[in-house]
Amino acid sequence: MLKVEGLRSRYGRIEVLHGIDLTVEAGEIVTVVGANGAGKTTLLRCLSGVQPVSGGSISFKGETLKGVPAHRRPARGLTQSPEGRQIFTNLTVEENLRLGAFLYHDDRVATDMEDAFQMFPILRDKRNLSAGGLSGGQQQMLAMARALMGRPSCLLLDEPSMGLAPIIVQQIFDVVSGLKSLGVTVLLVEQNAFGALKIADRGYVMETGRIIMSGAADDLIADPRIREAYLGI
Amino acid sequence: MKLSPKTATLLVLVLLIALSPLLFPSGYYYRVGALIFVNAIAVTGIVILTGYAGQISLGHAGFAGIGAYACALAPVHLGLHPGLAMVLGAVISGLMAFLVGRPILRLKGYYLGVATLGFGILISMVLNNERQLTGGPDGMEVPDLGLRGLLKDAGLDLTNGQFWYWFCGIAVIIGAWLALNLFNSPSGRALRALHGSEVAARTVGVDVTRLKLQAFVISAVYASVSGSLLALQNKFITPDVAGFMHSIEMVTMAVLGGVGSVLGAIFGAAVLTLLPQVLTVFAEYEQMVLGLVMMLVMIFLPQGLLPSILRRFRRGDE
Repeated sequence: MLKVEGLRSRYGRIEVLHGIDLTVEAGEIVTVVGANGAGKTTLLRCLSGVQPVSGGSISFKGETLKGVPAHRRPARGLTQSPEGRQIFTNLTVEENLRLGAFLYHDDRVATDMEDAFQMFPILRDKRNLSAGGLSGGQQQMLAMARALMGRPSCLLLDEPSMGLAPIIVQQIFDVVSGLKSLGVTVLLVEQNAFGALKIADRGYVMETGRIIMSGAADDLIADPRIREAYLGI
Repeated sequence: MKLSPKTATLLVLVLLIALSPLLFPSGYYYRVGALIFVNAIAVTGIVILTGYAGQISLGHAGFAGIGAYACALAPVHLGLHPGLAMVLGAVISGLMAFLVGRPILRLKGYYLGVATLGFGILISMVLNNERQLTGGPDGMEVPDLGLRGLLKDAGLDLTNGQFWYWFCGIAVIIGAWLALNLFNSPSGRALRALHGSEVAARTVGVDVTRLKLQAFVISAVYASVSGSLLALQNKFITPDVAGFMHSIEMVTMAVLGGVGSVLGAIFGAAVLTLLPQVLTVFAEYEQMVLGLVMMLVMIFLPQGLLPSILRRFRRGDE
């Protein structure tokens, strides 16, 4: 579904992605794990189109994304839930969800919103409150629910567990693994390597702008080098 | 029964505009009221640009200048009716905003402020220097709109002050109605969203560049109509209408009253139009007191006058 070949990207003169190869098949949960500064977020930003690409190619559903501006990618089914829970704090919870469905004006918007409230009941209770007043965990739920309102066939999730309490992290990961049954393909970028690999089918390990290892998630969890470097076991 | 914020705002506006004349001690106050309305229209445009979309302009008087001089020039040179000249001015302002806005709106924050400032100064310089066309700093006459005469023939005899009070009052209500509709529309939501985070807005499929440009064009049309109405009611216009101070005034009124809400911004326009009239008792210290009032409001009521006052009331309810 998503195929990345030799992807390079730079901030000014400094190249931070040195040729990334990665594929995501339909229906998979694929995770990219790695330490802070490895380039994981930059990779996702390239995929969603908010970060310029300096080399290599990205294709989605067999078509190249070259020259497709960021705001056109959600219509193709590729939606990002950005890092740091970039929800619209000056809008209400419901308005945030409606914006997630910005591209759609049909009856499905209402049922999608109902589904979002089913998935995260707390959002229903707070639907008319300002999103800025939500706790960190609730904001992350809202960011994910908003992304799902865009009817993605492939969801790019950037560090959904960042800065959250362990119990909330578990809840978030449960929801992510549940997306599979909804037919949503997920590319999950995480620093929490153990949590991410546990729910993923396959994983990539990134270090300083390169993929240094890839394979089935179970194999990566079992790999002694990964255990030592990323899982702290 | 609970009114929606939109209905409530419009109701308050209509009542204020309709009932205020009952308290006017003399005909002079119709004139002050009409001036408030002219400013209120420009400020409503600022609410859309700055309050909704979070973009700042320090050059909107330039568009007011285009609107004003369209009413002065088009009837003389093109033989247009002054009312149509106003429409022409709005179209030119919109087109100009579209052309200027494309490159300018890539900029953010104070860079955008300075770029728009440059645009305003440019328009003001053209109006000052093209003497044979605009009369330069001496200004030029503007023909009569002719509507008051028609109303008189129809049996409705209004003084000049009364006519402009009601005419501009209705324009304010229409302007506010349009702005409030935009607020709750998908485009309005998207504008407020990109105000919060442009990156996040892009990730849900919002064409940030296009929407910012739309807001810029719409607010330019508001400023243009405001300038036209000022020119038509004064029947005389000078380049001051496009001057830097006028741009600053628009932004100050909006921010002082509460830039996030239409009613707040209009309230700010009223306060800053009235205050100098009241402060004449301070004679030469007028400007100083005005500045002091503005500083105190921004320090103690940073959300703007009206939202802060309303919040205090609501707290009282609980």
